[in-house]
Amino acid sequence: MSVATVESTRALAGRIRRHALRMTSLGGSSHIGAVFSCADLLAVLYDGVMKVNARRPRDPERDRLVLSKGHAGAGLYAALAERGFFPLEQLWTHYQDGSELSGHVSHELPGVEVSTGALGHGLSIAAGMALAGKLAGAEHRVFCLLSDGECDEGSMWEAALFAPQHRLSNLVAIVDYNRIQGIAPVADVLELEPFADKWRAFGWAVREVDGHDHAAIHEACRALPFETEKPSCLIAHTTKGKGVSFMENSVLWHYRTPRGAEFDAALEELEGPEAACGPGELQKLGARR
Amino acid sequence: MREAFVAVLTELAPSHPEMMLLTGDLGFGVLNDFAARFPRQLVNVGVAEQNMTGLAAGLALEGRTVFTYSIGNFPTLRCLEQIRNDICYHKANVKVVSVGGGMSYGPVGMSHHATEDLAILRSLAGIEVYAPTDLWEAAEATRHLIESRGPAYLRLDKSAAPLTEHAGERFEPGRIRVVREGSDVTLVATGGIAGEAIKAADALAGQGIFCRVLSVCTVKPLDIETLARAATETGGIVSIEEHTVEGGLGGAIAESLMEAGIAPEFFVRVGLRNTFSSVVGTQRYLRGVYQMDAAAIMKVVVKKLGAKAEVPA
Repeated sequence: MSVATVESTRALAGRIRRHALRMTSLGGSSHIGAVFSCADLLAVLYDGVMKVNARRPRDPERDRLVLSKGHAGAGLYAALAERGFFPLEQLWTHYQDGSELSGHVSHELPGVEVSTGALGHGLSIAAGMALAGKLAGAEHRVFCLLSDGECDEGSMWEAALFAPQHRLSNLVAIVDYNRIQGIAPVADVLELEPFADKWRAFGWAVREVDGHDHAAIHEACRALPFETEKPSCLIAHTTKGKGVSFMENSVLWHYRTPRGAEFDAALEELEGPEAACGPGELQKLGARR
Repeated sequence: MREAFVAVLTELAPSHPEMMLLTGDLGFGVLNDFAARFPRQLVNVGVAEQNMTGLAAGLALEGRTVFTYSIGNFPTLRCLEQIRNDICYHKANVKVVSVGGGMSYGPVGMSHHATEDLAILRSLAGIEVYAPTDLWEAAEATRHLIESRGPAYLRLDKSAAPLTEHAGERFEPGRIRVVREGSDVTLVATGGIAGEAIKAADALAGQGIFCRVLSVCTVKPLDIETLARAATETGGIVSIEEHTVEGGLGGAIAESLMEAGIAPEFFVRVGLRNTFSSVVGTQRYLRGVYQMDAAAIMKVVVKKLGAKAEVPA
């Protein structure tokens, strides 16, 4: 594995965003705001934090990621393709007839541990994986990327109670705390504050971080587990739609598909090299605009 | 039946270290010995069935054989989406176990009666559904589930039919067992209520009516061959289940026979008909109230065969 640098993570995050923008545009799917929100977290995880190997996707010693916010599947697919788990070209089939890349993330793809999409499932599955690892005396860790909206789900808190009880220090919950859920701001629906205190009260070791500051996220991940004998929770303060000015902090871009002039404007704002998109796909993209 | 289930788990736990039992804070007294002897294979996850089911999926994806254990609808309907998405879709090796099939928990009330579980669980892709009728089937089905791979549901009744195994019989998952031979009509039962079918058959034999009694431990996949033979050889089919008549055993039989192009001379589903079990009483009492005990089954058979006899040749 190459050594992660601030530059390499920044480049990966840029590619994840650009790929995801193109994927959602080609497929006519939604959730681009939620993908941009966690693109930097995914970039850090797949740039030196998680021990994964595209040549051995089922390696028993790999670190696991459960993307509990399965609606950000385009971001995970992009990260995995960038890491060589499957060809980049496959990304351009996202959400389209006959594709393996469903809108919500699918375990049919190498590198994807579990299919999700129904919110509030992932932390339980991740806790089960972590318990298995602990019972086996394994070294690997299980990461679980959660949305703030899914913290409305009761099942989430069932899992949050379980993990500290069983001292799952190999479990890491990362919350993409962008403060906007499906159709409204979190504060207007079900306020989560004091959020960090809630996790602490449940028995987790908690840290908070700027979810777009790669160096800070790397540093937090180097400190895992935050306390011995406790599961770790990293609350990542993020901006929904991060990277595209008119998508940032906007409820609209939870569901809207970037097309036409909006697609062009978004691509213009995003950092990173042009995505390796074939002429056929580009033509299709033009046709759909 | 739960004792038979736990006895088999206890017997096989040492040779199956990958096997784990998750309980939703139930099984007081029954699981104590197992817990003391195999503390690394039992987790009381608390009163949290959704988490229990997700945990089980996670453990199974890491190579464990996992049983989830609770009563009534708690391990099934409460966490149905976790069973569907996390277990079945991933073909995770999880066996969902409900103690208290049908109205086992009698006077406790309808919240604890599992009367739609067979219909709902069997509709999920890739899951096998077992509802043993007697203690032998309960033990053998458990033994099978420890060895088998993939999702399954095991519905355990508090009541059990009298032991029905033949000497030297081997348990065959997916096979319907003939526990009484007869050619006048076929009584097909799943779960402990098969005991009522056997009782009805024995009483009817005294009146010269010979019922074939079929014991359906495996509700899914359903043994269509044995059912087709029964329909052809005995003419009438009466399904008996402590469950709603919609979508359960009776529904499964109707679907299968119809699709196979086999129409029995008559077909009656004995079970709950668009009603919740709101009356207070023991399982036995409730079977009488809801017309699914031996007397009710006999009435159905006599009425149907009588009606048939009245039809001019």
